[in-house]
Amino acid sequence: MIYFWAFVVGGLICVLGQLLMDVAKLTPAHTMSTLVVLGAVFDGVGLYEPLIDFAGAGATVPITSFGNALVHGAMAEAEQNGIIGVITGIFEVTSAGISAAIIFSFLAALCFKPKG
Amino acid sequence: MSQKQQESVNQTYQKFAQKQEPKIPVAANCIKAFLIGGAVCTFGQGLRSFFLHFFNFNEQTSGDPTLAVLILIAVLLTGFGVYDNISQFAGAGTAVPVTGFANSMASAAIEYRTEGIVLGIGANMFKLAGPVIVFGTVAAFLIAIIKTIWMQVAGG
Repeated sequence: MIYFWAFVVGGLICVLGQLLMDVAKLTPAHTMSTLVVLGAVFDGVGLYEPLIDFAGAGATVPITSFGNALVHGAMAEAEQNGIIGVITGIFEVTSAGISAAIIFSFLAALCFKPKG
Repeated sequence: MSQKQQESVNQTYQKFAQKQEPKIPVAANCIKAFLIGGAVCTFGQGLRSFFLHFFNFNEQTSGDPTLAVLILIAVLLTGFGVYDNISQFAGAGTAVPVTGFANSMASAAIEYRTEGIVLGIGANMFKLAGPVIVFGTVAAFLIAIIKTIWMQVAGG
């Protein structure tokens, strides 16, 4: 069942992105930034975590989860260490995604030649 | 030409240009984005379950290797030049999942490689992905600060 909801929720978030691009005529960069901020806001009001429980990868794979993870890491550290935890914890959860993207992209740039 | 005339010429041109613009097939694009985006997320869910059952990951940590694998796949597809073809068809369906983030970094890195490793790859890798990180971080910072203060005020 979780596969079904992952498909539906993930698909709907992508449709939202498509609408932002086609109807609101935002550039892809604006669209992604908007979605990330939306994800952060949703986690701020406590709605994103239930969505992950409900839809699994449908909520963690879209870029909105990046905003969610930033807020999440910051809040987890802030609860332990007070307000400074917001700064130290902000990249705690997203570290895997960012490091992987940087490392793989760098290696790919060394291995592949530009096409077209 | 006076300024008023210039303005009216501009307006006429804009109207003309708008008419010539190809109509965006919004509905078709949305269906494609839904199907492909959903498929990517379902695939991600498969990876998540895989890491959950066969490795020592729990609900919370199984997201990390999932993202790493998706990013690796996206970077490889970008390198082989396949990703562009898929994303042209899928639109937001491949741009919104984390694969789009990885694609934007990898394609920038590969494209600017000719300008050198430091000034090409290093300086341009975040050209497209940078706004996402900047706005995500700033928004998350503000939200976390507000929430922390709110909880201290409400809790104390």
